[in-house]
Amino acid sequence: MTAQGGRDIVAEARGLVKRFGAFEAVRGVDFTIARGESFGFLGPNGAGKTSTMRMVSAVSQPSAGSLSIFGLDPRVHGPEIRGRIGVVPQDDSLELELSVRLNIEMYGRYFDLPRRVLRERTDELLDFARLTERADSKVDDLSGGMKRRLTIARALVNRPEMLILDEPTTGLDPQARHLLWERLYRLKREGVTLIITTHYMDEAEQLCDRLVVMDNGTIVAEGAPRELIEHHSSREVLELRFGTDAHAAMHDVLAPHAERVEVLPDRVLLYVEDGDDALRTVHAAGITPLSALVRRSSLEDVFLRLTGRTLVD
Amino acid sequence: MASRVLPAFGSRRSLHIFERNYYAYRSQWLMFASGFFEPFFYLLAIGIGLNHLVGALPVGGRSVSYATFVAPGMLATSAMNGAVIDSIFNPFFRLKISHTYDAVLSTPLDVTDVALGEVWWALSRAALYAASFIVCMVLLGDATSPWVVLCWPGAVLTSLAFTCVGLAGCTYVRSWQDFDVVTLVTLPLFLFSGTFFPITLYPQWLGAIVSVSPLYQAAALLRGLATGQFDLLMLGRAGYLVALGLAGLWLAARRFRAILTP
Repeated sequence: MTAQGGRDIVAEARGLVKRFGAFEAVRGVDFTIARGESFGFLGPNGAGKTSTMRMVSAVSQPSAGSLSIFGLDPRVHGPEIRGRIGVVPQDDSLELELSVRLNIEMYGRYFDLPRRVLRERTDELLDFARLTERADSKVDDLSGGMKRRLTIARALVNRPEMLILDEPTTGLDPQARHLLWERLYRLKREGVTLIITTHYMDEAEQLCDRLVVMDNGTIVAEGAPRELIEHHSSREVLELRFGTDAHAAMHDVLAPHAERVEVLPDRVLLYVEDGDDALRTVHAAGITPLSALVRRSSLEDVFLRLTGRTLVD
Repeated sequence: MASRVLPAFGSRRSLHIFERNYYAYRSQWLMFASGFFEPFFYLLAIGIGLNHLVGALPVGGRSVSYATFVAPGMLATSAMNGAVIDSIFNPFFRLKISHTYDAVLSTPLDVTDVALGEVWWALSRAALYAASFIVCMVLLGDATSPWVVLCWPGAVLTSLAFTCVGLAGCTYVRSWQDFDVVTLVTLPLFLFSGTFFPITLYPQWLGAIVSVSPLYQAAALLRGLATGQFDLLMLGRAGYLVALGLAGLWLAARRFRAILTP
């Protein structure tokens, strides 16, 4: 599914640039996000994802290029745009001295929402975030996963049309991650546009209809997760481990057995149609790895292919 | 190139910052109580002790008791100290430690609203403390004129000047160590700005330097109001404090923008 074709566009960037002094964090990116879509920005730390997010959330001003959110210019209509979106920042930046309930209610006041409306809405949101029992706890006493859910609940207090999540599950344990993903699916079903940055490829594959891969401030690929994998990688990957020092030398030896070979410090990746088949031919050639693993291609492989680097160090 | 149609000094939304601070501080009544007692103790100490040792001093054309002379200076100092806490210490924490403002700026509020909201909060506290201070002055017999009620807006104006300059200064603070610099500025201001003795005791050139001190201007303004002796110079003093406030707020908003939304 693509954004074009007369659908309602919520965010559109053309040649978007963000400079901090001499440093160019975002170097002319283009993207179009449709209403109801769940759109990802995938890339390693320092790729320019957060800078892009801050411009899309009408918090920081673009240095060059054009950006339109809900058809409005964020340079001029910042407050109006921010009133229609929700932001879940990387560090929760919750009010530690305030109770869980007050964190949501006070945040709602920034949107000029009446207290009566907020009391009702806060109850709903506490329920959504599974924090009803902790409503009167101080935020300081919550676990990391609870804080994250509270940050999401807080970001929903103005019933946003678009929710921007910057690294939503970084630092969470697997159980907390899955609970959070489930809540995000629910929002998506309700028609909320989701914009997610992440450096976890499984998260991107799980949550995003469409994504862009960012590296060094530019977009290096764009498409649906499956499309990207099919387009930029083989069906399967054979991972081989040898003695640590031997890896660099293995490239030429293994090259005839795969469409492409990537040598990483701890393993060698063979991009192939059929992993088990490739392993048999490797063995038949008298090559004996210490260990071998066959898996499906992932966005990690796409990223490696496009940038020559791994996503998570 | 980036045209901005945002108010230079904040909007009505700034009041939500006041509200936020109210929620954050409402359980800390002890801190509020200390704000009432501190000036009261000063007045008491001076009224009981120094007043009798020092004797009368000339204010304008009249001779007044030392307590009457020094009380407006104490009121100005109290307004300055309150402003320093509310504009440097607390906002520094919210700006650079707890990142409170980062979350706020994802809402319709703008940086100018954040800066202005902190000013509302500081001024409200200043108004409360100043009122209690003036009541103490009257109760202890340190006020000689009913015009002393005008010290109330006068003290709030003093707070405005120091709060706005303090907010701008707060953005330059890098770590808690830098707060020593704040003391290095406020302590001499407190001691030498004509708060404890008339600046006519200084050599003329030194007096001219001291008269630039906003605390001197504030103390002189409040002294005139407390004793009901008005002159045109007071308009100049008030104007000076207003100008300082506006310049401080303008710079504070600019600096907040540079730090929070680079």
